[in-house]
Amino acid sequence: MISIDILVVGSGISGLSAAISAKQNGSNVLVATKNIPTKCNSVMAQGGINAALGNLEKDSIELHIEDTLKSAHKLANKEMVELLCSNAPDTIEFLEKIGVPFSRLDNASSPLKSVAQRKLGGASSKRACYAQDYTGLKVLHTLLDYTLNLGIEIKDNIFLLELIKNSKNEVCGALFFNFNSGEVEAIYASKVIIATGGFGSIYSKNTNSLGSSGDGIVTVLKAGGVARGLEFIQFHPTTLKGSNILVSESARGEGGYLVDSKNERFVDELAPRDVVAKAIFDKINNREKVFLDLRNIKDITTLMPQELKLIKTYAKVDATKELVEIEPAVHYSIGGIAVDKNFNAINLKGCFAVGECSNALVHGANRLGGNSLLEAVAFGRLAGKKASDYPDSTIEREDIKYNLPLDTNYSNFDIYKAKEILADTLFSGVGIVREKNSLTDAKSRIEKLNIEKLKANGTAKYNTNLTALLELQNANILAQAIIYAANKREESRGSNIREEFPDTKEEFEYPIDVTLGDIK
Amino acid sequence: MKITVNEKSYNIEKVLTLLDALYKIKSTQDSNLTYDAGCRSGVCGCCSVKVNGKEQLACEYEPQDGDKIEPIKYYPIKKDLLVDKSSGYNLISKERAYLKLYQESTLEKTDESKTQIQTDCILCSSCYSACPVLEVDKNFLGPFALTRAYRYTADRRVANEKEIVDNIQKSAIWDCTLCGECTLACPMGIDPKADILQLRNLSAKHGYMDPNLSNMGFGGGFGFDPNGGF
Ligand SMILES: Cc1cc2nc3c(=O)[nH]c(=O)nc-3n(C[C@H](O)[C@H](O)[C@H](O)COP(=O)(O)OP(=O)(O)OC[C@H]3O[C@@H](n4cnc5c(N)ncnc54)[C@H](O)[C@@H]3O)c2cc1C
Ligand code: SF4
Ligand code: SF4
Ligand code: FES
Repeated sequence: MISIDILVVGSGISGLSAAISAKQNGSNVLVATKNIPTKCNSVMAQGGINAALGNLEKDSIELHIEDTLKSAHKLANKEMVELLCSNAPDTIEFLEKIGVPFSRLDNASSPLKSVAQRKLGGASSKRACYAQDYTGLKVLHTLLDYTLNLGIEIKDNIFLLELIKNSKNEVCGALFFNFNSGEVEAIYASKVIIATGGFGSIYSKNTNSLGSSGDGIVTVLKAGGVARGLEFIQFHPTTLKGSNILVSESARGEGGYLVDSKNERFVDELAPRDVVAKAIFDKINNREKVFLDLRNIKDITTLMPQELKLIKTYAKVDATKELVEIEPAVHYSIGGIAVDKNFNAINLKGCFAVGECSNALVHGANRLGGNSLLEAVAFGRLAGKKASDYPDSTIEREDIKYNLPLDTNYSNFDIYKAKEILADTLFSGVGIVREKNSLTDAKSRIEKLNIEKLKANGTAKYNTNLTALLELQNANILAQAIIYAANKREESRGSNIREEFPDTKEEFEYPIDVTLGDIK
Repeated sequence: MKITVNEKSYNIEKVLTLLDALYKIKSTQDSNLTYDAGCRSGVCGCCSVKVNGKEQLACEYEPQDGDKIEPIKYYPIKKDLLVDKSSGYNLISKERAYLKLYQESTLEKTDESKTQIQTDCILCSSCYSACPVLEVDKNFLGPFALTRAYRYTADRRVANEKEIVDNIQKSAIWDCTLCGECTLACPMGIDPKADILQLRNLSAKHGYMDPNLSNMGFGGGFGFDPNGGF
């Protein structure tokens, strides 16, 4: 039984940023994560991280705020957006000083001025700092080296199950399934930071890492917290057809075009993602094919080595010579755990949430490319400090009563069948365009799967069927919560497009809140 | 077609990647088959395995009829293809490879290219699994950790270069036989062998000598030179 000051759940960029800042603020920190530290969405980020450094074009924090608010379609909180954008230059400075190997410009007047920047969709300037197209990989690994060398323990292969509360109803730790021992174990902490990432992988066509199943959001819901804005799910316009491997927006930022079957351009490639994804969706719905044309990008081999490799491996196409067929896929969870301006989870004293698992009201109805890595580092560091400074919850130990869903009478294949049906149902019924009927159908189809009654076969230790089931059970609850929120929003705004309500309505200028009670 | 995983054979349809094949097997034929994967796109380092004796990323490798799949070497095997990679992380803190002391430097494109390839490392441990020295010396730091050490020493912002150099003398740079197996195994085109050579030069600048050479000096005769012939 472990007991520490701060328990960070999740070892993506948000979790490690929070852990480092809490540790530097004097707290004793432990990072708990469900797999190895490099398995997260963070390593997959390609395009870049936003900061108005103005290294190549005129830019300012005000413009960054303006672009972010515009793309948010009135659903962002201005104060939080200001906090995010004004912290961005310091964030890059922090990353620069721990050794992130950014791409560079020659003859710069200062270290920060040497960071190369590119334009991403919806940005009025070249604002995304990058490391070729391996930005997330290089940021995460640098943070990992730093975390390990600061002496912060990373406990891997433990799966968050439940938050533990004391008699004053404060959060004072969490229960985990330890994959290596097969036991359920408690980690007590004076404060808990949830940084468990998004839930893209519960959809069939998605760009996310396997295991992005929104576990942290469901755990918070079960503990009495609130999920906010789940109806806003960002579809990325350009993923490889079939495999849904992402082709980053930087491909269009560097000059790539979108063309239809007639080889004609049909949309401003650098409009915000909701606009581009919808335009492509309409084409595909009309039985047309859509392609990305990257043949005209100069220096593509140095600017985007990863893109070329991915396209070659998964689409078997040489993008310097041929067109690349693409389709939109689920990419980013805009909604998440509702937090206040100190990243405190609403209704849960002692529990903080940050990164993609949270909704800190900075993305509104549509996230700008490059703003989520920024949120992960900037807010991750702020949340680490706030949690470290926050009054301690009293630790009260309790007996562990948790029944893992195991039973030798069940077939594990049912888990994968149910998972695939759930994922397809969400994509078709709660996709880019939804309507009342598709939402109602999806709801009843998912209910019929009786996922809560499934069990995994075998013993607990090293049982990947059991972890698949735990993720599926979370996906099941999340699916109901997403459908609830999407149903409530009887309008179209940003990434929530309702067939029968094409207009944006003033009365919906807030994200939908969901609690467990709403979906029971 | 047929593939075998740890001697057990499976019939599979033609699929794009080995990872697709493993998922198909797990979800329809043998749910106990255990392996790991995350990004499906060659950046998370989870899915490294050995195919016909050579390290591959399951998410990038296109399976062929008759392929023999095994777990990567030197880490404790948890189950089937799943190994415990956590000791790999400890190597990074053991050698203290990180930017501990920052010195202000305005980097340029040439600085970017100095560490660009090394920082592509996804910690898949393919190089580690391929390294023959680990067969005889479990304490050997191994290729990816040394590439990481080199990456920080080659960065003008890092003022703690000496400390890193001090930490890679024992069971590290001088124990490498420069066989190049790590370089052949790396899915990211990283060349740990070349990085180790660079670290040897750097160590010499800091006053370290190849202990194999000094042994030879003391013995006064024809000591074994591990670099001979390479
Ligand atoms: C392909 C791709 C490209 C992207 N490109 C960009 C880009 O260019 N710019 C940009 O700004 N954003 C980009 N994004 C988005 C960005 O990468 C993510 O939003 C961000 O990295 C999220 O970081 P995070 O730390 O919050 O979550 P993650 O990085 O997903 O980390 C979540 C962590 O929580 C752990 N965890 C989850 N559940 C549990 C549990 N039950 N128990 C214990 N631990 C758990 C996971 O193992 C993981 O360590 C991209 C995303 C993808 C998928
Ligand atoms: S070159 Fe050195 S580190 Fe690489 S495999 Fe050979 S002995 Fe190991
Ligand atoms: S150096 Fe290459 S083979 Fe070794 S861990 Fe890194 S990416 Fe994998
Ligand atoms: S699944 Fe991530 S490297 Fe293969």
